[in-house]
Amino acid sequence: MDFRWDIIAEYAPFFLKGTLLTIGLSVASILIGTVLGLFIGLGKMMRNKLYALPFKWYINFFRGTPLMVQILLVHFAVVPSFLGTTNAIFAAIVALSLNSAAYVAEIFRAGIQSIDRGQMEAARSLGMTHGQAMRNVILPQAFKRMIPPLGNEFIVLIKDSSLAALIAAPELMYWGRAMQGQYMRPWEPYLTAAVIYLVLTLSLSFLLNRLERRLATE
Amino acid sequence: MIQVKNLKKSFGINEVLKDINVTVKPQEVVVVIGPSGSGKSTFLRCINMLETITGGHVYVEGIDITDKKTDINKVRTEVGMVFQQFNLFPHKKVIENIMLAPMKVRKVSAEVARAKGLELLRKVGLVDKAEAFPDSLSGGQKQRVAIARALAMEPNIMLFDEPTSALDPEMVGEVLEVMKQLAKEGMTMVVVTHEMGFAKEVGDRVLFMDGGLIVEENIPKELFDNPKEERTKAFLSKVL
Repeated sequence: MDFRWDIIAEYAPFFLKGTLLTIGLSVASILIGTVLGLFIGLGKMMRNKLYALPFKWYINFFRGTPLMVQILLVHFAVVPSFLGTTNAIFAAIVALSLNSAAYVAEIFRAGIQSIDRGQMEAARSLGMTHGQAMRNVILPQAFKRMIPPLGNEFIVLIKDSSLAALIAAPELMYWGRAMQGQYMRPWEPYLTAAVIYLVLTLSLSFLLNRLERRLATE
Repeated sequence: MIQVKNLKKSFGINEVLKDINVTVKPQEVVVVIGPSGSGKSTFLRCINMLETITGGHVYVEGIDITDKKTDINKVRTEVGMVFQQFNLFPHKKVIENIMLAPMKVRKVSAEVARAKGLELLRKVGLVDKAEAFPDSLSGGQKQRVAIARALAMEPNIMLFDEPTSALDPEMVGEVLEVMKQLAKEGMTMVVVTHEMGFAKEVGDRVLFMDGGLIVEENIPKELFDNPKEERTKAFLSKVL
C-alpha cells in the first residue's frame, strides 16, 4: 500500500487550524458544561421534588437523545430562532456544553452524595450555613472524587466534538473529511485525524492523572 | 440552659422519642445511658436540631429552637458537638479543622483563629500535630482534635454523642481525661456514653433511657447503687 505522506504535509496547516478549533470547542464546552452541570446537579438534589423536576428532565433529555440530533437541533432550529441567523462554531459549543452539563451534573451529584453525612453534620453543628458547609467542607472533598469520572467525560467530549463537522464547523474532522473529498483516499485523512485525537485525549488524561496525584498527597 | 419539653421524634412510623422532658442547668454534667436503640443519640441530636423535631419544644438558653423563626445557625455556635465518628475534615490539617468555623462563622482573622487553635491544641495535648492531616492521627487523637474544634467556637454547652465508642480501649482514657477537665472548668455538658465509670465520676445527674422514654433519672450514686425501675436494674446488671 502506498501511503501518501505528501498530501498529509499539504493538509498540515488545515489540520493544525482544525486541531486548534477542536481544542477551543472542547475547552469552552468543558468549562461551560462543568459550571452548568454543577448548577443542574445541585438543582436535581433539591429536597422539593417539584423544583428538582426540571433539572431531572434536563438530564433525561440530554442523556437520552443522540448528541448528533442535539447538534442539528441547536444549529438549525434553536440558535436561528433566538438570533435570526446561525453560526456553526457557536452552535457546536452550545450543543456540546448543554450535553456535557447533563453528564457532569450526575458526576457532581454522585461526588457530593458520596461524602459521609457526618461531614455536613459536623460543619452544621459548628454553626456554618448549608452554603458554607458545601463550599468549605463537602465540595473540596467531592471534587477530588469527581476527577476520574470528570476526566472520562472530558475525553468523551473531545471525541464527540468531531460531530461538529456535520454542521461544517471547521474543526479537525471537518478538514479530515475535506481532504478525503479532495483526494478520494480514506487512510491518510482519517488516520491523521485519529492520531491527533489520540494525542489530545492522552495529553488530557496525563494532566488529570497528575492533578489527581497532587491532590492525593495532601 | 437547656429545657426539653414533651419532645417527640419519629422516623416515618417509627417513634424513637415518645415524650422527653429534661432540664439541664448551667455547669451541669448530664450523662445519658441506655441500651442501643433507646433513642439517646437521637435525643442529643435534637438539642442542636441535627434531627428535625416531630413534636414538643427544645429551649437552648431560653430560645425555642423548634420555632421556625429561630436562626438555628446562631444557636449552634453556642452548642458544641462531638461525634462518635469524629467527623474531622480529612482535606484540612488539624489546625485548619479548628480554624475553619471561627473564621467563616465568627469572621475572626486567620491569626486570631490560629492562636486560639494552638491554645486549644495545647489544652488537649496535641499542639505538635497542628500541621498533620487527620488521617495520620490515632482515634483518640482525632477525638481530642474534634473536641478542640468544637471548643474553638467558645460554646456554652457541649454535646457528646458516644465520644469513646469508636475508640480502641487503650485510647478511651485520654479522651475521657479531656472531658473531665472540661467538666471541672464548669462547661455545661450532655454526654451520651457507655462509660459507666465516667458517668459515676463526672456526672452530676444520670438519665437512663429506654424505648424512647427517660425511665429513671437521679444522681449517679443513687441511680447506680439503688436503681428503682426494673428496666434500669436489668440494664445495669448487664453493663456493670
